[in-house]
Amino acid sequence: MQEIHASQVRPPFYRDERVLGIFSQLLVVIIVVGLGLFFYNNMITGLREKHNIAITFSFLTQTAGFDIGESLIEYSRERTYLRAFVVGLLNTFQVAVLGIIFATALGIFVGVMRLSTNFLVSKIAAVYIDIFRNIPLLVLLIFWAQGVFLKLPRVADAIVLGDAVYLSNRGVAIPWGIPTESWSTYLIILGAGIVVGAGLAYFLREQGKRTGRMPLVTLWFIVTVAAVGLIGWIVLPQPMTLDVPILEGFNTQGGKILSQQFMALLSGLIIYTAAFIAEVVRAGIQSVSKGQREAATALGLTAAQTLRLIIFPQALRVIIPPLTSQYLNLTKNSSLAIAIGYPDLFAVAGNTILNQTGREIEMFTMIMGTYLSLSLLTSLLMNIYNRRIRLVER
Amino acid sequence: MTTAAGTPTDRSVLPVTERYTLLGWLRRNLFSDLFNSLLTLVALASILIVARLLLRWAFNTAEWGVIPANFNLIMRGQYPAIEAWRLWLVIYLLGTVVGIVWRLIVGQFNTTARVLVAIPLVLMLIPFFSMGTRLYLLITAVASFAGYFIAGYLPILHRGRAAVYFVIAYLVVMLILLRGVGAEDGSLPPVQPILWGGLLLSLLLAFFGITLSFPLGVLLALGRQSRLPAIRVISVIYIEFIRGVPLISLLFMGQIMLQLFLPDGFPLVDRVLRALVAITLFSAAYTAENVRGGLQSIPRGQYEAAQAVGLSTYQSTIHIILPQALRAVIPVLVGQFISLFKDTTLVALVGIFDLLGIARTIIANPDWLGTQQEVFAVIAVLFWIFSYTMSFASRRLERRLGVGQR
Repeated sequence: MQEIHASQVRPPFYRDERVLGIFSQLLVVIIVVGLGLFFYNNMITGLREKHNIAITFSFLTQTAGFDIGESLIEYSRERTYLRAFVVGLLNTFQVAVLGIIFATALGIFVGVMRLSTNFLVSKIAAVYIDIFRNIPLLVLLIFWAQGVFLKLPRVADAIVLGDAVYLSNRGVAIPWGIPTESWSTYLIILGAGIVVGAGLAYFLREQGKRTGRMPLVTLWFIVTVAAVGLIGWIVLPQPMTLDVPILEGFNTQGGKILSQQFMALLSGLIIYTAAFIAEVVRAGIQSVSKGQREAATALGLTAAQTLRLIIFPQALRVIIPPLTSQYLNLTKNSSLAIAIGYPDLFAVAGNTILNQTGREIEMFTMIMGTYLSLSLLTSLLMNIYNRRIRLVER
Repeated sequence: MTTAAGTPTDRSVLPVTERYTLLGWLRRNLFSDLFNSLLTLVALASILIVARLLLRWAFNTAEWGVIPANFNLIMRGQYPAIEAWRLWLVIYLLGTVVGIVWRLIVGQFNTTARVLVAIPLVLMLIPFFSMGTRLYLLITAVASFAGYFIAGYLPILHRGRAAVYFVIAYLVVMLILLRGVGAEDGSLPPVQPILWGGLLLSLLLAFFGITLSFPLGVLLALGRQSRLPAIRVISVIYIEFIRGVPLISLLFMGQIMLQLFLPDGFPLVDRVLRALVAITLFSAAYTAENVRGGLQSIPRGQYEAAQAVGLSTYQSTIHIILPQALRAVIPVLVGQFISLFKDTTLVALVGIFDLLGIARTIIANPDWLGTQQEVFAVIAVLFWIFSYTMSFASRRLERRLGVGQR
């Protein structure tokens, strides 16, 4: 009798992994596609029969007819819906970019405080982190807007900081630069400075690679640009004048007024996100093993050199991925602006435009598409950066 | 028997532990050098300033009268006062079930159990509670004691399984009690979920959001790691789409568009349920990413070993891979659950009166104008207590399961 080797026996088809795999995939695809078609079909027939409308984006060119509290570009109620959408988008951008910058700064500060050997300093940071990580952002934002910024005194009794910043329930008035005719020339000079600085930085880096002694490239770059900027400022006849707000009767004149809603949203986002970034920074710095610091000291590196060349580059690798998701969270969280009346993308598009036009499907497609591309773009940029600083392995 | 020299129990070979005097501790931690001393002084000054501001506000400026006056609203929203006994019954039963489950799973009346029983007793001390409320709280404490002792005499073979059945039974009874059955004039008249509110609704949304999104998230994570391309692609698209958009857009979509997707004549889905669906779908994508982290941390050898001993894909996933993967990501998952709990506040923006929604109606009430600080401070503290307890519990659980130790 011939012996049959186990590998020659084919299992019955209902226990064959390959057949099962194909079958289960088919099943899932059919269910998902079927559900999608079912929803789509219901939506199309529902729209046609009940409201007699088809899906179209042509309404975007119609006149919006509503005002928006604040805008980075010129806007009035005679402009189109599309323009209003862009205004909202830019407002979201503004809050997100400023929020990311300040939250990173505050987060690093608190994270380093948390690692301080000073007991009190470390505990203060711990309390800050534990408080703000465990309170809902929306509660914080509304508290901030209605309990703090709205409770500031009237303009006439505004809190004045250093004769230049006025805090009142209308918002915060700060000094602001006003460009003069020579401003465009100054910008060109500044651009030239950046080009020169970048060239110098490239040269220094190449030289550093050749000689093995890397100079402080970034510092040189900043010094060069600052020097050129300073020279330009002195040579040109005042490229920008400073406009300081002053109190006149019941209002402030001049300067720039940051609205109460904007300030509440921005500061709320910064305070909240900084608590999370602090934890990310702390974990990153702690992830660098003690031996690295000891080895650096043994090699004769100074404390500053150890931090710059040994600790920081290694910590950064651990920090970047979670930091990216914090940036994404901040951007998405800025949509809570709707709760405190700041006209961001979601408040303008998902609320005002949608309520006026009744175009649910079109508006939600646009909103979600925008947020999705913002998220994907941020992840893409951070991934590129992450790849650059990644540990090069064999 | 005496312990042999050299074993860790022998005190003589242990390293000498430095004994700090208070002064020594201060010098070491606060005044080790000039810079450190300066830091200490700055820190002390800022603590004093903040503490002074807070205390002055709490004892002089704040008008706390708004809290006792609206306490029922904060706790249960628009839930009819006549039916409030049902909520108390739900709480008694919760106490009992916690007692039973504690006996079945933990088995001893340890410190944590004492703390749990102390909660209703401590709540009795809140000054503005009526005698009735205090009595009900006392009953809750007694009920949890009773549950603990009764469970000791129950003839139960599979303790873990019995605990699960008790919890499921409790959830069913709870939902029936809350929602009500039968006619309007019956003994248990229905209460529409839109009337549920306050802390009650926040906790319910968080609990059901967590329990529903967790299995979905695990499935999605397995799908993303699957060898089958179609399943992988669908999971990836779902996860990345949901993670790319803000929750509030999903909530609005749920309120405005869900009905559009359903066939004509489909009964109107309850607003609260629509919000719960949005929260669950949203949270599942994040849970999936966290679980994927755990799955990726499992060495290949575990999969191969499971295959070698003849386990099927299903068996090795359930018995070998998932238990290890989930244990590795407990802290991240609890963090995710905490953020889900915090995210439930967003339902206040779509016209549902959870804790935050109720707070907004209270400060809009002309009788309580200008009480934003007091009301929001209380709301924030309530949220903080629950979130912090969750993260505290997770740290305890982590230690018990020995994450990172075996």
